Amino acid sequence: MILKRKLLTMAIGMGMASVFSTNSFAVDEIYIPMVSKGFQHQFWQAVKLGADQAGKDLKVKVTFEGPETEAMVDKQIDMLSSALAKKPAAIGFAALDSKAALPLLKKAQAAKIPVIAFDSGVDSDIPATTATTDNKAAASLAADKMAGLIGNAGEVALVVHDQTSRTGVDRRDGFVDRIKSSYPNIKIVSVQYGGGDQLKSTEITKSILQANPNLKGIFGANEGSAIGVLNGAKEMKRNIVIIGYDSGKQQKDAVRSGAMAGAITQNPVGIGYKTVEAAVKALKGEKLPKIIDTGFYFYDKTNIDDPKIAAVLYD
Amino acid sequence: MSTLSPAQRLKAALFSQSTRQKLLAFTSLLGLMVFFSAASPNFLQTDNLVGILQATAVNGVLAIACTFVIITSGIDLSVGTLMTFCAVMAGVFMTYWGLPMYMGIAAAIVFGALAGWVSGFLIAKLKIPPFIATLGMMMLLKGLSLVISGTKPIYFNDTPNFSYISQESLIGYFFPSLPIPNAVLILFVVAIVSSLILNKTILGSYTFALGSNEEAVRLSGVNVDRWKIIIYSLNGAICGIAGLLIASRLNSAQPALGQGYELDAIAAVVIGGTSLSGGAGTILGTIIGAFIMSVLTNGLRIMSVAQEWQTVITGIIIILAVYADILRRRK
Repeated sequence: MILKRKLLTMAIGMGMASVFSTNSFAVDEIYIPMVSKGFQHQFWQAVKLGADQAGKDLKVKVTFEGPETEAMVDKQIDMLSSALAKKPAAIGFAALDSKAALPLLKKAQAAKIPVIAFDSGVDSDIPATTATTDNKAAASLAADKMAGLIGNAGEVALVVHDQTSRTGVDRRDGFVDRIKSSYPNIKIVSVQYGGGDQLKSTEITKSILQANPNLKGIFGANEGSAIGVLNGAKEMKRNIVIIGYDSGKQQKDAVRSGAMAGAITQNPVGIGYKTVEAAVKALKGEKLPKIIDTGFYFYDKTNIDDPKIAAVLYD
Repeated sequence: MSTLSPAQRLKAALFSQSTRQKLLAFTSLLGLMVFFSAASPNFLQTDNLVGILQATAVNGVLAIACTFVIITSGIDLSVGTLMTFCAVMAGVFMTYWGLPMYMGIAAAIVFGALAGWVSGFLIAKLKIPPFIATLGMMMLLKGLSLVISGTKPIYFNDTPNFSYISQESLIGYFFPSLPIPNAVLILFVVAIVSSLILNKTILGSYTFALGSNEEAVRLSGVNVDRWKIIIYSLNGAICGIAGLLIASRLNSAQPALGQGYELDAIAAVVIGGTSLSGGAGTILGTIIGAFIMSVLTNGLRIMSVAQEWQTVITGIIIILAVYADILRRRK
């Protein structure tokens, strides 16, 4: 039996070797692993797409990994640890908790491996630069669009993914501050948090609509929240102005059909591309800005098929 | 089978099983390590091996906790969120209340045991099936962690020594060439103590006996409910240790973490040869199972295998490991 098991192990080993030998990298190739906050979500897949593209253009080898959920801080650290063990030329990192990752980042620094932060910043001066969206500016653009669509007066509400993450806080504050400072006749009646979960956000939306019969519009601060707002309004048969964030097939369809007035899109492909590009620049010793703004757009029915917009939307 | 007395069953479990199972699992572990060493020059490096040990510590301790419960033919789905709950309680004691470190450590273990006691009570006294009782506890504890922490991580900035539990290396202090983190040392201490409990104490004998034939044990006049509650409490206390390890490693109690960790722990237990139908299993097997899981994860990463394929391969290995075990049993 032991022999059988041994053979089994060997067979698996040989099978894996043949499947993945194409993946093992050449000796002198520049290798840049990216450790992300997630992997399965379409947003992260779009970041990966951009990173792969940059890898091809700049002739470097890029790999992309992230934990299953954004709660798995320790799994992300294990990923960073094995990425460092591969002695990479540089590393891309989107920290789930930058304090927890600090010992490893210091190790990278000691080994002279440049770290490029992407998507969200790292609270430390170790990263050479950070490639990210200016979420506050993006959300205040959403506020301007909302104001225009409801005639600069009336009640609005927000459904946000959470009140702890950088993106949640920035998008909420960007929207709320803009309304308060520029549109005195618009009243924010409710800000609720649904964890980015579509179903939870749907229920939240329904209760907001129930409580505010005169509500004119809702801003959904990420993909899951926006879909939830859309579903909630549909189930309650209420006609309100909905502005979303990010893309995804459902959100794109809703914008096309007019059920959603429009949405902010980040440039996830650009985040991935710029991260790898910055890593290569750092390796060449070029000077990098503290923050690389990867840009954002507002899209609606009229410009969704514009090549510039279509390129940054994902399904 | 049912004609065997608990003691005989225990004896059978100890001798015929353990030696062969250990050898089998150990061979697989070695095979994996040889394979990865050949596949990538970066695998067999001190830094990476230390990384693997570090990555095994939390899952290993959780898997040890699960081993006890699974041997009784129960299951505990709450170990992951229970671990988080204990980490949060350590944070409450040390950071919120400013109590000394030993109080925080005690709090994690005591609250772990307490939560385990509740699971045991639900299962033994209220006769709620273990799967459901611990599923409920899993959610309850996840929610409690979020409520108590105010959904924010609790940092241990005021107690810098706390990070020594996981991160510093006592072994490295004496043998500088072996920078094995303390978390690993704790894993092995927990393993040895648990192994002694399982094999040398009356609690261990009842753990096996409950798993092979609970009714027979009950009929022989043993207070089955009481022992069950004790076993679940022990399981909880061990999860408390895992909570300390993870909190110390991250230098924070992350309240949203934990769900999903129970499955990794159960997988390690099963790969290590403990049967989900109860009555048989060893701590050494579980430890080897946990190492197989983390060597596999690490090795595939070092080989830069695409992440989606890593998951596929891990799934296949778990199925193969259990099938090999079934083949062996049939024989």
